[in-house]
Amino acid sequence: MTTLPTRSSLRQGLSVVRRGVRDEPRWFALAVVGSAVYGVMTSMTAWAIGHVTDTAIAPAIEARHVTAGQLWYIGGTIALVVLATVVGVVGRRIAGGVAMYNLGARYRRLVTRQYLRLPLSWHHRHPSGQLLSNANADVEATWNVFAPLPMAIGVLVMLVFGVVQMVVVDPVLAIIGLTVFPMLFAANVAFQRAMSPRVTRAQQLRADVSEVAHESFEAALIVKSLGREDFETERFRHVTNELRNANIEVGRTRGRFDPAIEAIPTLGTLAVLVVGTMRVRGGQLSAAEVVQIAYLFSITAFPVRALGWVLAELPRAVVGWNRVAAVLEAQGAMGYGERSLPTGAASRLAAEGVSYAHEVVTESGELARNPTIRGVTIDVAAGSTVALVGPTGSGKSTLTELMMRLVDPDTGEVRIDGVDLREVRRGGVSEVAALVAQQTFMFDDTVRGNITLGADHQDDRVWAALRVAQGDSFVARLPHGLDTRVGERGGTLSGGQRQRIALARAVIRDPQLLVLDDATSAVDPSVEQAILAGLREASSGTTVLVVAYRMATILLADEVVYVEAGRVVDHGRHDELMARCAGYERLVTAYAREAAEREAIAADEEPAEDEGVRL
Amino acid sequence: MSMRNAPLVDHGGIASGGEMTTWQTLRRGLVLSPELRKGIGVTVLFAVLSTLGRILVPFVVQRTTDDGILAPGGADVDVVIRWVTVALAGVVVTALSAYFVNVRLFRASESGLATLRVKAFRHIHDLAMLTQSTERRGSLVSRVTSDVDTISMFVQFGGLMLMINLAQITLATVLMFIYSPVLALVVWACFVPLFIIIQKFQGIVGRAYTRVRERVGDMLGAISEAVVGAQAIRAYAVEDRTAERIDRTVEEHRRAAIGAQARSVLAFTSGQFVSGLTTAVVLVVGTVLAVNGRLTLGELLAFLFLVNLFTQPVQQATEILNEMQNAVAGWRRVIGIIDTPADVADPEDGIVLPRGPIRVAFEHVGFAYPGGEQVLHNVDLAIEPRSRVAIVGETGSGKSTLAKLLTRLMDPTTGRVLIDGTDLRRVSFASLRQRVVLVPQEGFLFDGTLLDNVRFGRPESTEQDVRLTLTELGLDGWLATLAQGLHTEVGQRGESLSAGERQLVALARAYLADPDLLVLDEATSAVDPSTEVRLQRALDSLTRGRTSIAIAHRLSTAEAADEVIVVDAGRVVERGHHSELVRRGGVYTGLHASWVAQQQAL
Repeated sequence: MTTLPTRSSLRQGLSVVRRGVRDEPRWFALAVVGSAVYGVMTSMTAWAIGHVTDTAIAPAIEARHVTAGQLWYIGGTIALVVLATVVGVVGRRIAGGVAMYNLGARYRRLVTRQYLRLPLSWHHRHPSGQLLSNANADVEATWNVFAPLPMAIGVLVMLVFGVVQMVVVDPVLAIIGLTVFPMLFAANVAFQRAMSPRVTRAQQLRADVSEVAHESFEAALIVKSLGREDFETERFRHVTNELRNANIEVGRTRGRFDPAIEAIPTLGTLAVLVVGTMRVRGGQLSAAEVVQIAYLFSITAFPVRALGWVLAELPRAVVGWNRVAAVLEAQGAMGYGERSLPTGAASRLAAEGVSYAHEVVTESGELARNPTIRGVTIDVAAGSTVALVGPTGSGKSTLTELMMRLVDPDTGEVRIDGVDLREVRRGGVSEVAALVAQQTFMFDDTVRGNITLGADHQDDRVWAALRVAQGDSFVARLPHGLDTRVGERGGTLSGGQRQRIALARAVIRDPQLLVLDDATSAVDPSVEQAILAGLREASSGTTVLVVAYRMATILLADEVVYVEAGRVVDHGRHDELMARCAGYERLVTAYAREAAEREAIAADEEPAEDEGVRL
Repeated sequence: MSMRNAPLVDHGGIASGGEMTTWQTLRRGLVLSPELRKGIGVTVLFAVLSTLGRILVPFVVQRTTDDGILAPGGADVDVVIRWVTVALAGVVVTALSAYFVNVRLFRASESGLATLRVKAFRHIHDLAMLTQSTERRGSLVSRVTSDVDTISMFVQFGGLMLMINLAQITLATVLMFIYSPVLALVVWACFVPLFIIIQKFQGIVGRAYTRVRERVGDMLGAISEAVVGAQAIRAYAVEDRTAERIDRTVEEHRRAAIGAQARSVLAFTSGQFVSGLTTAVVLVVGTVLAVNGRLTLGELLAFLFLVNLFTQPVQQATEILNEMQNAVAGWRRVIGIIDTPADVADPEDGIVLPRGPIRVAFEHVGFAYPGGEQVLHNVDLAIEPRSRVAIVGETGSGKSTLAKLLTRLMDPTTGRVLIDGTDLRRVSFASLRQRVVLVPQEGFLFDGTLLDNVRFGRPESTEQDVRLTLTELGLDGWLATLAQGLHTEVGQRGESLSAGERQLVALARAYLADPDLLVLDEATSAVDPSTEVRLQRALDSLTRGRTSIAIAHRLSTAEAADEVIVVDAGRVVERGHHSELVRRGGVYTGLHASWVAQQQAL
């Protein structure tokens, strides 16, 4: 990730700048005007001092007399220049800040719009940490260059102005100026060239440090229970030390260049003095003029570094922009059709020859496709309840995502009431269908907000939905009832409570198709029973597809679809499958068989007690 | 249920360090990062040298002007060259010492901050809030990242610049007094009001930036919903609503940032404004003095350089002081974390227990989260070595708390927990973690291969060991379904695997760690029944000779256990063998009936 400010990266950097200027032309222009005022006024200061020295101070000293008018003239001239300078600075910095933050806000909105627009499969491929930093740190890095940019433009104006002044005063001294400033610029370019790979590396390591900390803290329970704190600390120490070394390397580079860059204007001043003296002696110049130019050098030395700051920010801006652009230009948003799904009655759901492969990055960094669903055909009759059963990792959750069109199949099609989901208009599927996922997601909102999701529902409807989901009693006991905020990701609720709110979220929509993906795994068996009973009552006009392990849930179904390794092995009524599908029979009767065997063993007085394999 | 949220509502255990003054913070910070002080004397010496060099230049300019350019007999080139040579020497000394200052300072500050980061990181792992509150994790991460970064800018550059600036201000003041006490007083008189204004502005600017940080937090929270909640948002087509929320926080952040920017600009320019006005006043007063013969023109002009020498560091100091507000606030937060006493500490000279089957005892154990309800009441339990115990109870009954006390993720508020007759609080962590391992419901996976995740607890294990473990647990069939086998990348948090698969990995990981007591907290809740039973059987035979405790969600586990402990509302209400308890007609009988109802095939 070493980005030298080579010619091409400079060009890229300038194109980022152009884009920013195009998006915020007014504020940027204002900042540049402020900066120009500042630049002109800064060099005017030297001129003003020289001017009042020559026209007022020196004559006054000569005459050993000074009038109030002269004093006002001296003070007033300088004060006016100062005032103008300050106005320029305020204008530059505030307008520059507004431009920068406006750009940040604009691109954050654009990036997050993409997150909402791009399909779930895209999200699967991109780590959430990365997406968060795209929207935050990368956007910031892109537009940070707008902080020093107006200043740098102002400095350019100032330099031109300064050189012109010198030429007017004395062309010979101007030649010194004309050599010092390019030297300064060249030194800055060399500095940035040396810095930027080091700074980029430090930036990358900073991200690594953050990633390790994040992961390690999230894994706290595991780390602690396995006693791996010291191991984790070593892991963290390793990246921290790398960051330290990288930063020290940055410091060393800066240490080499900084003093040199600082010395150049001083050397210029000294050269002006030597040459100036000779020219005073030759009578071509007055002492005041020499002083004026020397002063000019001393005050321009510092601002010239703003050019360096811009050059320093450019590589970061380019890296940031490239990451942001990758999101903005991401293709493959789901296409939508025009069609609406019929409403008013339970939906019929059908999958035909559906296959789907997850894209994964392998250890060696290549992209591999892992087939998850292989040629699945399912027909769920309107108003029926179908249980989807299969061993861990057999693709059940992926199937539910396909049914809701959260992802599109690679081959085959999914239809609701005969309409291919890809032909349905945007938002059309979720109008008739609701999914309660295995891992519930809570918005940082109130309980009510998490159930209604912004739709206009009366409170009694919310409570009714909660009753079906067996969540009414715990919500009633919360400090603010429906208005209780659940915290980020529902952090203040237990897993079972979150599942019940998620169920209520689905129930309140009266869906024609309800997809439950092991949606009651975190609630107690008795509560689950009550929820299922409630759903059965509430869902007469609903088709239900339910991923289940529990016999009671399966028995609610009119039909069972048994999957293994992404394929439908068998489907039919529970008793039919029990009779002819060994895998299914083994899976659903596992507990009962186990219990029976235990009883048999207990009756037989522990015959197997000593046969346990010891490690 | 309310017990679970109790700690989140009222577990404000982080010492924010908010009560520390700036001075105390800096001193404590130096103690925690000794590298910052090491060799600081030499660094300061170089810094002073480089400052002296900088000051030499205006002095030379004045000499050159007075003795050289304005010499009575006309401009004297020799004098000018003599002084310029002196100045050149100054420039060289300045550059060299500035180089040393930079290098030394970076090394010291980066080393010091790396130490601080690692200290804070290690300590955070000892804080119970990490495992109790998922909400706090983000802010804990920022303690070892952005908070330290805010300090870094200050200690790398600001701190020393501040010292140099102060030195330069002092030197400039001394020189100004030598040149002209009257003008020196004028300069100071102009700046006194500025110092007062700066004080005021610092508070205002500091508050403005605090607001910005809060808005950043809100914004990141909203944006993360669009990322983490991608599935839910699409399933319910609430894209527009989510977008509106994001827009709102983005806009609030933009406003706050611009507000803070405007305030800090005004603070900064007030310094610049005063500096400029000072020049004007000095020229006016200086002219009067010069007219009265108390100053030469050269002295007056040289004095302007001194004013510049004085105002530049003052302006810079203003900015640094602003930055220091941020740095000190960040430092305070990091120190606050490090100074928060560990809830559960590794005892000094902890007892190392010999390995072998574990006997567990709870003596009058009670537990309540700080400020929360009592979760456990006076629990007495004795669990014999080699026994397999199932703990059952409704959600929120306190059964998970028992598991956490047993693994010493928390300490009881009353009573004690003993293994092999020794209070857990006296057992060394290393020994405890080797003997007792908890498998939580949400088995976190690290971004890496399946292989590395299984051997996390025992990194020295070979691929062969891992394969053997999975085979012993009957998971070889599942492993065969994975295209890349043990080298499957599980993705961030293991997201490429299903919830059930993640639990399988977590279980294998704990099993490979080979503890004497395995505590399973609903560790197979998302696994299919057939796999679960197979696992259960494998564990039964493999853990025979050890002690195992399972917090059971499904009662199949209880049926297989030697003993069942029933927890209800924070008390142990029943215990005994499954067959006994079923007949007793108590809490367990009810739980079992509903379990059976779920399993009943018609």
